[in-house]
Amino acid sequence: MKRLLSYMAKYRKESLIAPLFKMLEASFELFVPLVVASMIDTGIRNQDIPYILKMGGILVLLAVIGIVCSLTAQYFAAKAAIGAGTGLRNDLFAHINRLSFAEIDQIGTATLITRMTNDINVVQNGVNMVLRLFLRSPFVVFGAMIMAFTVDVRGALVFVCAIPMLSVVVFGILLISMPLYKKVQKQLDKVTLSTRETLLGVRVIRAFNRQESETRHFEEENAVLVKLQVFVGKISALLNPVTYVIINLAIVVLIWTGAEQVDAGILSQGKVVALVNYMSQILGELIKLANLIILISKAMASMNRVDSVFEVQPGIQQVQAAGAGPSRGKQAGASVPKVAFENVFFSYEGAKEPSLSGISFEAMEGQTIGIIGGTGAGKSTLANLIPRFYDATSGAILVDGRDVREMGLENLRDQIGIVPQKAVLFRGTLRDNMRWGKKDATDQEIYRALDISQAREFVDEKKQGLDMRINQGGKNLSGGQRQRLTIARALVRSPKILILDDSASALDFATDARLRRAIRENTEGMTVFIISQRASAVKQADMILVLDDGKLAGKGTHSQLMESCQVYREICLSQLSKEEVQ
Amino acid sequence: MKKNDNTKTLKRILLCIRQYQWQVACSLILALVTVALTLYVPILTGQAVDLIIGPGNVDFSGLAGIVKKIAISVAVTALAQWLMNHINNRITYQVVKDIRTQAFNRLEIVPVSYMDSHPTGDIISRVITDVDQFSEGLLMGFTQLFTGVMTIAGTLLFMLSINPLITVVVVLLTPLSLVVASFIAKKSYTMFKHQSETRGELTGLVDEMLGNLKVVQAFGHGEEAQKDFEEINSRLAGYSMKATFFSSITNPATRFVNSMVYAAVGITGAYAAIRGIISVGQLTSFLSYANQYTKPFNEISGVVTELQNALVSAARVFQLIDEEPQPADKSNALELEHAEGRVDLEHVDFSYSPETKLIEDLNLAVKPGQRIAIVGPTGCGKTTVINLLMRFYDVNGGVIRVDGHPIQDITRKSLRKNYGMVLQETWLKSGTIRENIAYGRPDASLEEIVQAAKEAHADSFIRRMPQGYDTVISEDGGSLSQGQKQLLCIARVMLCLPPMLILDEATSSIDTRTEIRIQKAFAKMMEGRTSFIVAHRLSTIREADVILVMEAGHIVEQGRHEELLAKGGHYARLYNSQFAVT
Repeated sequence: MKRLLSYMAKYRKESLIAPLFKMLEASFELFVPLVVASMIDTGIRNQDIPYILKMGGILVLLAVIGIVCSLTAQYFAAKAAIGAGTGLRNDLFAHINRLSFAEIDQIGTATLITRMTNDINVVQNGVNMVLRLFLRSPFVVFGAMIMAFTVDVRGALVFVCAIPMLSVVVFGILLISMPLYKKVQKQLDKVTLSTRETLLGVRVIRAFNRQESETRHFEEENAVLVKLQVFVGKISALLNPVTYVIINLAIVVLIWTGAEQVDAGILSQGKVVALVNYMSQILGELIKLANLIILISKAMASMNRVDSVFEVQPGIQQVQAAGAGPSRGKQAGASVPKVAFENVFFSYEGAKEPSLSGISFEAMEGQTIGIIGGTGAGKSTLANLIPRFYDATSGAILVDGRDVREMGLENLRDQIGIVPQKAVLFRGTLRDNMRWGKKDATDQEIYRALDISQAREFVDEKKQGLDMRINQGGKNLSGGQRQRLTIARALVRSPKILILDDSASALDFATDARLRRAIRENTEGMTVFIISQRASAVKQADMILVLDDGKLAGKGTHSQLMESCQVYREICLSQLSKEEVQ
Repeated sequence: MKKNDNTKTLKRILLCIRQYQWQVACSLILALVTVALTLYVPILTGQAVDLIIGPGNVDFSGLAGIVKKIAISVAVTALAQWLMNHINNRITYQVVKDIRTQAFNRLEIVPVSYMDSHPTGDIISRVITDVDQFSEGLLMGFTQLFTGVMTIAGTLLFMLSINPLITVVVVLLTPLSLVVASFIAKKSYTMFKHQSETRGELTGLVDEMLGNLKVVQAFGHGEEAQKDFEEINSRLAGYSMKATFFSSITNPATRFVNSMVYAAVGITGAYAAIRGIISVGQLTSFLSYANQYTKPFNEISGVVTELQNALVSAARVFQLIDEEPQPADKSNALELEHAEGRVDLEHVDFSYSPETKLIEDLNLAVKPGQRIAIVGPTGCGKTTVINLLMRFYDVNGGVIRVDGHPIQDITRKSLRKNYGMVLQETWLKSGTIRENIAYGRPDASLEEIVQAAKEAHADSFIRRMPQGYDTVISEDGGSLSQGQKQLLCIARVMLCLPPMLILDEATSSIDTRTEIRIQKAFAKMMEGRTSFIVAHRLSTIREADVILVMEAGHIVEQGRHEELLAKGGHYARLYNSQFAVT
């Protein structure tokens, strides 16, 4: 909430003008019944036509003033709300961009996207409505009551009774039905879940011949939903009739007491009409107020969700004096390992067991390091620590002998080319995508990368070459083509360290083999990490790290590991034939 | 033609509501009562005002009668209104339920190809959102339209009955309101269109950038993304400003028109009152009519768009409900008891779409207990074979026999009962682990379930879960690892253990230990059973009795490992490219 106010502060003028003008509009509306009353009492009684015309003119004037005030208010309210929403959106986007992987995992991408789009829209809309209505509606309600007092005290007492009764009914129904509506929503989610399950599990459901029981389950959930809906409907359907009864009863009482007052000569006929009119004005505003409250509670919930994202602080802090960190290498020069892990432990947020424990190794410049192990063994986690997507829980990761935490993030990441498991490309041309790796890459550099990644052939086949359009997510390309392009994207920057995170899974064996050969031949001086499930992919590596349940089960060349490492032998034997294992 | 479609949809809708025709009739009658009485009350109020003329000139006995009348009509109106709302709700939700159930039932009998060719999100939104939109929009729309028209007609009638002249004034001013409303609607429509287009663009960018935040960060693309975002965001702010402002004019503008009508009625009414044509009380009735007269017009213009949306939604839902179901089992179809496990494919042709031939003239004879491994690169159509065996899809030509019976002549239910299937995409239902294992045999005892879990090597991890076998797993097994999910799927089949198996090995291996368990469980299941395995591990492939080598949808080779290697064809190439040392 505080955050929202700080955005509104930039639009202080607008945020003040909007409700004030709304109030002005309302106060002019409050004069209308009085004008009509004097029309009746003075104009009609005295048969004074000019007076009636004058009063009619005043009514028109009030209408004109009303619309001018109202338009002014709407304009400034919209300006403030949209301004605040736009600022909020920009800052949230920037904030999310600063978060590290650990926080992104914790919040979840899907959530971030809805916060960014849906929630901010709801907040923006809420601000707009609040600015317009939060002063106006109570003002009309109490204004009508006060005006009633100026007309007649006894009549006004009817207002004093009716307004609290109306408020109790309107807000009572609101309070009762709102949680019920949440229940309805939950039940609807269940129905949706049932539908989704039947779609995603269609093969299993049919294989086990469970269609009928799925249908029965759906019907049960559906029946509960209807019951809930009808029940809530019954309650909220009370709102209109009950308020209608109260208002009209109040009017009846007004007429009766008014009649007595008129009979006693205290009140005129026109004033009675004015009192009745004031009563009618209240109802509409109370209903508006109730709707406003629903809107506010929704907007607050959305704002809280947005706030909770803002409150997540980026876990990875940039060092101020980037590059000033001391080199921890024993000696400077070629013998300093390019990448070294020193007894690294890592646990994901909230996880009971560490995902990596006690990992130590040294990778020299120009070496190829294979990382093998099953899913969940910690291969990708290990690779993610090198570019500091996550920080190690304990231990240290050194690049060129310097702790990565003491290097500038940009310095560090600029020398690393990473190919993630999921091959994503972005909307734009192929050239745009390739330049993600290096902003000023020439076509020549790009083509070289495409050559190495075995993508040149199919790129050449498409007529537009580097100007080829790529759809969102690269959906106009096959999985294998996408993978090769993501490899090229990483190669464009000629990284010192290349990380291939199971990047060849969609390639057929032949292309995969060619790719590995090309990388080996064209990456002199580059330290390459190859993560794979396939023993054949890492067999040729200078060093193979075997991970099992987050621990380093073995480290060495293929033949060394075949001798010494049980886990590695099991993996190889399950995938390779005897001759190949040798 | 579009008109035609609309009328067709309308007829269908009426058919859906038909069984609730009495309730609909009730609702309409109640609406009529409500409208008539609501309009009658201002007349009564006017009559009451006429009895309050001045000091000593108040007809209390007449007033008492009128007050009684007001009280009664208010009470009846309130009751009628509540009943009407309640009945409307009931009809709406019942119709929703009926249609949803119909749609869901259809989902259980359409061919699997429907699910394969339609995005899940689209089908879900048909079953959930569209049904809601359709029934609410339609029924609420209808009643609103009905009461709206009734109110306008009733108001006119009542006004005419009091005084035709002033009525003419009101009627003449009415078009003004319509013109203003339609002008604003048109203006704001284009703005809203711009707004939603730009919003779509922004959501697209957010989806892309936040959805792949890790890649964005890895390549340091955050700043560019922020720049793009802010550019679109500021464009959005511009359009939103205009759209919000224009649409927010509607209210003040109609209120302005309303005030003009009010002023005009006031002037002419007062004039008429002086002339003695109408009484002061009748003038008050007129004024309160003038107040509510323009309201239904605004509502009706809103209803029309809602009705149009409802029709579109209804058409989408009906499209799903009208989807062709899979052909029913033949009337004399065979109930396959316990198959021996002989499977023959004779001259089988199949393709998903006529343009691209997939399987052509496939022949295969499988003896009981044999293992068939299907190999080939991803996307070559290996799963197509599963689809055909299980009759998720029917062959286009040729015949598949089980124990010599063509499977087209066997009931789907009994055919599928004879297959145990473990797919790579592990689908679990939200529910307890126990329910999931017993999915194929809901009546299984706990002992049997535990036994199956033991045989699938799943018992130990299940016992370690917080509630053991009663642990609830959320949608798609969220808290379980991929390997654990796979083990549960195996346990599910283990409990039924049919004579034939279809296994889809996971491409990505699970952590080494679980993987060994899965392999053991697979081996245990396959003992003495005819098994079809979509294979990724060479160990599985080597032990198969027949290897089917698929490429681009065709079966290019079949035979045993050694035979195929000796042949030096596709298989040999595939095999060598993976393991050849270069």
